[in-house]
Amino acid sequence: MAGLRGAGPAGAGKSAGLKGARERWVRTGGVELCVAELGDTDRPTVVLVHGYPDSKEVWSEVAARLAEEHHVVLYDVRGHGRSTAPAPLRGGFTLEKLTDDFLAVADAVSPDGPVHVVGHDWGSVQSWEFATVPRTEGRIASFTSMSGPSLDHFGHWIKQRMARPTPRRVGQLLGQGAKSWYVYMLHTPVLPELAWRGPLGKRWPKILERVEKVPAGDYPTPSLPSDAAHGAWLYRDNVRARLGRPRPDAYAHVPVQLITPTGDAFLSERLYDDLGSWVPDLTRRTLPAKHWVPRTRPDQLSAWIADFVRANEEPAAGASGPRRPGAAAKSGVKPEYAERFGGQLVLVTGAASGIGRATAFAFAEAGARIVAVDRDAEGAGRTAEMARLIGAPEAWGETVDVSDEQAMEKLASKVASEYGVVDVLVNNAGIGLTGSFFETTSEEWKRVLDVNLWGVIHGSRIFGAQMTARGQGGHIVNTASAAAFQPSRALPAYSTSKAAVLMLSECLRAELADQGIGVSAICPGIVNTNITATTRFAGVTDAAEENRRQKKASRLYGLRNYPPEKVADAILGAVLHDRAVVPVTPEARGIHALSRLSPGALRAFARWQPPA
Amino acid sequence: MGSAVTGELSAELRGFREVQRLSYECAEAVAAQLKPGVTEREAARMQREWLYERGVRDWFHRPFAWFGDRTAFVDFKIPLQFFPTNRRLEAGMPFILDMAPVYKGHTADIGYSGCLGLNPLHDKLLADLRDHRELILREVRERRTLREIYEDVDRLMVRQGYANRHRAYPFGVIAHKIDRVKERRWSPTLFGFGTQALKGLASDTIHGHRDGWSPLWSPYTFSDHPPVPGLWAVEPHLGFRGTGAKFEEILVVTDSKDPEQSAFWLDDDLPHVRRWNEGAV
Repeated sequence: MAGLRGAGPAGAGKSAGLKGARERWVRTGGVELCVAELGDTDRPTVVLVHGYPDSKEVWSEVAARLAEEHHVVLYDVRGHGRSTAPAPLRGGFTLEKLTDDFLAVADAVSPDGPVHVVGHDWGSVQSWEFATVPRTEGRIASFTSMSGPSLDHFGHWIKQRMARPTPRRVGQLLGQGAKSWYVYMLHTPVLPELAWRGPLGKRWPKILERVEKVPAGDYPTPSLPSDAAHGAWLYRDNVRARLGRPRPDAYAHVPVQLITPTGDAFLSERLYDDLGSWVPDLTRRTLPAKHWVPRTRPDQLSAWIADFVRANEEPAAGASGPRRPGAAAKSGVKPEYAERFGGQLVLVTGAASGIGRATAFAFAEAGARIVAVDRDAEGAGRTAEMARLIGAPEAWGETVDVSDEQAMEKLASKVASEYGVVDVLVNNAGIGLTGSFFETTSEEWKRVLDVNLWGVIHGSRIFGAQMTARGQGGHIVNTASAAAFQPSRALPAYSTSKAAVLMLSECLRAELADQGIGVSAICPGIVNTNITATTRFAGVTDAAEENRRQKKASRLYGLRNYPPEKVADAILGAVLHDRAVVPVTPEARGIHALSRLSPGALRAFARWQPPA
Repeated sequence: MGSAVTGELSAELRGFREVQRLSYECAEAVAAQLKPGVTEREAARMQREWLYERGVRDWFHRPFAWFGDRTAFVDFKIPLQFFPTNRRLEAGMPFILDMAPVYKGHTADIGYSGCLGLNPLHDKLLADLRDHRELILREVRERRTLREIYEDVDRLMVRQGYANRHRAYPFGVIAHKIDRVKERRWSPTLFGFGTQALKGLASDTIHGHRDGWSPLWSPYTFSDHPPVPGLWAVEPHLGFRGTGAKFEEILVVTDSKDPEQSAFWLDDDLPHVRRWNEGAV
């Protein structure tokens, strides 16, 4: 049934945005499908299925990245792009027919082996059908789904919530019901076609850019009005039928990786709550992004797809069974961390000890790749070594003084060229300095500001620039302190540096919000780390006396015994939920609350002179 | 390093070494029988029975067994949590067997860390315990105060990235004195501890209190004294995010002026030491 032809029926040129693609035509069920192939055919075959209102070009960024190590196949769904539409349209877009199309394409591009399917939006909806019907068994090796639930699962999801409408379930129903407004619109006759072929089709690229933050470029393609008009039948032919009478046996017979964009305006995350009962082998991922992730987050998607393909390509690597991305994370790790941070690149400064080290370990446990940066080479190396042992696929130790701008520049270019663009940056390195204002020398001021403030400025500026240049989101965490809200006569220089970090974080947060880059300031409070053992006591010239005070402070912090691991957990939580300011210990929370409710109390406390 | 005096160990020390070896044999024998599904209680009973068959009737403390994240004492709040539970062993899980039998009037107290199957993290912890064994011996020979040594061990752990888990033991001890115990026909235990041994410890505490030392080697001021001659069961315990490892063995401290003779490990032919030496070759 597969036929090869030189040029498409529409006579249009090569697919825009799919450079170097080989094209072929697959004839099946009365339509001709335009299929594009990239990469070496000996590599694992990955079939990318686009959604609505799209054509295969929605995948151009992801396909280019995957093509280096995969045989990438894209096709225009019937009625979309350069594939022909069935006649009549009504009844021509049922999931059964779409499954025929998929099998025809799979047979043409990979007659001997199964293929890895990746679907977005309606591409995912139909791929769920492929992954759950018996006739595709043996033809699919794995399925990566994003922003498109199985209509059968969706139908059962609705039925369950209707059958026992607890307040929470009603809330979930209403929530998704509101997000599905466009589905109702698409069921009206003629009007959607008129809109798409008229004003909506013309304005759509601008709407995508403004509302969905999809970067401008060669997407959407000029075929958009007819794609969208034909594609309305995807909804009309399937939605009512499947939601009304969902198949009872829609169990996935392949491993599934579910990538959920947390900012999706059309699909609630709650839709996937029961998915575990339909999919025996499920890997979950979350991505802080809007609906069109193939356009906005191609790096992360292609990395996760490549990981998942690799995991399901090598049958049972070793006796320990097939390696699952994300399963590398240990049990006992919060699953939401592993879902979000698996495979991401995380750079932590001050990672040789204390909060920095604990943070590196927490990210490592979640399956992130770690760059541990510290002045202390041995400590940074040790952190990287232990990080690899607890779940980081890769980890490196780097020796850099964060206050040294040139060294930071060098580090940034090395990281970018060798490890990639940093997804999460944790500016944590800091030093302590205590002593009254007049006892603090200008050198001491300079040192503490150099590390605590300039370190954060250099890190945010240099690595933040890489994040914005990539334009695929990210997160910056700055370690401030409860001393940023609590004035005191004992810590003037330290508090000043940390207050500056706090304000810097807030300003940066405002500036980077548009680009999907979050900024959080963490205010730990009294945490049992060795910061006390290295704190400088201004005005104390006697080494023995300084040592005595360091020991005393260490003992006090030891008695408080708040573990840095809890601060690390707060940092992961802050990134996950994009929190602006996070006080951690109870005293830090109390001070934070008082700084807003009754700053006078904090000022009174600030006048207290701690005993030497 | 270690027991330069092996050749001429006094009869008394030979007795202690015999019971320590017996204990480690027991640990290895029980560890070899552990398989997925065995509970901590069963592992503790296996140790008890193995030693009973070989003539052990009294205990410094009855055998403990910790599996999985209990090896790092995760969320331990009260001492009762040290007692064996129905936690089942699974593949890849670390475990610790800890027993302190009294045999022919001599006491041993040992800790054996193992793992069911491969666990590179656990291997790393075990390997890193070596530095602690060397550090403790070196500083005891330098006659540093016990509290200082405790803090140095603590610092080494922090540098290695580990948490100090012996802090969870009663009084946070890294070691405690052990001694001969009178053999009685009836030897009851109290909360897992042999009453005879507790009596010895209590009497040491009283005597030590008068002379300014303590049989408990802790981070507190009552351990702010140089090592006291006698036998110390030393048990540094590392924890790292739900995985724990320790060893426990007897350190002999004497009042000799010769540093080599002033302190030495009673026995250098123990499973963890052999493991390090094999790894080094």
